[in-house]
Amino acid sequence: MIDLALIITIIIMVVKVGLLTMILFSLPMPLTWIERKVAGHIHARLGPFRVGPHGIMQPMADTVKLLFKEDIVPEKADKLIFKLAPLIAMIPAFAVFVAIPVGGTWTVPFIDQEMNLYVTDMNVGLLYILAMGGLGIYGIIFGGWASNSKYALLGGMRSAAQMISYEVALSFAAVGVVMMSNSLSLVDIVNTQGGGFWNWNFFYLPVGPVWFFIFIIAGSAEINRIPFDLAEDEGTLAAGFHTEYSGMKFSFFMLAEYIALVTVSVLAVVLFFGGWNPPIDYTIPFVPIAFIWLFWFVIKVSVFIYMFMWVRFTLPRYRYDQLMNIGWKILIPISLVNILITGFMRI
Amino acid sequence: MEQIFFYIFAVIAVVAAVSVVVSRNPVHSALFLIVCLLQVAAIFVLLRAPFLAATQVFVYVGAVMVLFLFTVLVLDIGRETVVEYMHSHAFAAVGAVVALFVVLAYIASRGTITVPQGGFSEEVLAKNVEVVGRALFTKYIFPFEVVSFLLLIALVGAIVLVMNEKGSKS
Repeated sequence: MIDLALIITIIIMVVKVGLLTMILFSLPMPLTWIERKVAGHIHARLGPFRVGPHGIMQPMADTVKLLFKEDIVPEKADKLIFKLAPLIAMIPAFAVFVAIPVGGTWTVPFIDQEMNLYVTDMNVGLLYILAMGGLGIYGIIFGGWASNSKYALLGGMRSAAQMISYEVALSFAAVGVVMMSNSLSLVDIVNTQGGGFWNWNFFYLPVGPVWFFIFIIAGSAEINRIPFDLAEDEGTLAAGFHTEYSGMKFSFFMLAEYIALVTVSVLAVVLFFGGWNPPIDYTIPFVPIAFIWLFWFVIKVSVFIYMFMWVRFTLPRYRYDQLMNIGWKILIPISLVNILITGFMRI
Repeated sequence: MEQIFFYIFAVIAVVAAVSVVVSRNPVHSALFLIVCLLQVAAIFVLLRAPFLAATQVFVYVGAVMVLFLFTVLVLDIGRETVVEYMHSHAFAAVGAVVALFVVLAYIASRGTITVPQGGFSEEVLAKNVEVVGRALFTKYIFPFEVVSFLLLIALVGAIVLVMNEKGSKS
């Protein structure tokens, strides 16, 4: 009745999920510090510098501040939904990572066991990620609505409209990747890009780079980053949907936002830049292949995270009508034409 | 194991579905409908239809419900009262609902909770997407095209409606 192999599989899965969750929970801390440092240096100033060497303890200080801050629930807010919204924003952001592979199947030395460096290999992986990513919007809408404040409501509505518009283009980019790689499973998508950097989807000329730019533009709109952060346009909307939030509830929204940033960077790497594959296949004696995979994966993801931060402090914000025009009148027609071209190339 | 999960999902789905109708606030209703649709997606996974589950979440929860919410927020629908609905059609409506439940109960009492495997083996089902895709584009190509044509008509219709409104204003 009780199968030992099954129990071991379940334990391994639980451990993997736990590890993943812990990494994701702790990631925003260094990321906020890096983001503020990048901002500082781009603005020709130092950034946080007081707490610890080069301000490296600043995120700790911020966390302590957020923990002890008074947690205000507005009197006229819808109490239940107001409290649920940060969680609704956060859970899908974490759930996405279940399907993301950080490495292939690796034979562990000495015990000779095969080990997958991903939680599950879903055959609908890419669809699952798009679906879960789409759920993140509810935290914003519900948070904005429940606050019972016009700034929050307008911020929530804007981001709803924005995410619906750009989800279309993002899905088209995903369709393009599926056409190039012939699979919806992320592990298969990465495996088809193995062997060398010329096999990466980005270098599937001429359509690869076009798909990548559609993906990265729609992706940065989807996670509400500048130049598409209309949802929290401080000039017109105070802080947007989280105007009324403070303390830990606010930090949950921030957590979700940072994890979304990591998600888009990871997806860009997995879908277009060969995932864990090194640019040119190599092995170093006595170094397990898994370390090489993890090394390249982390490097590539870091580059994208840095790029997003760089863009954030370089570009101004789009106007709302410009945002809608880019989504519907530029990205979607280009995607349609590109699907046609990709289709002909794949015949 | 599967049955336990089924009952968890099913109970939550039914409770959420009832709450959609019962709750006075339209935004709460929308939230419960989202919960209900997510549970149905989970049941699809138990039925070994991951593609359907992902599509359910992607299309219904991810897109349709967002539009619902959007409309609810824009139109600012107030709290509903029961009295408004107590008009002459109420008896017919209640009769129809009771009839539906009778039919459902009849079907449920004759069926089993776990579905038989059907014509596909476990290995084929692991490639669910390919099976669905191949069936859609070969055996069911005609209905598929008809449905896509209908959707296209609806899409064009929606745009035409909006354009007329703009023209009359200017």
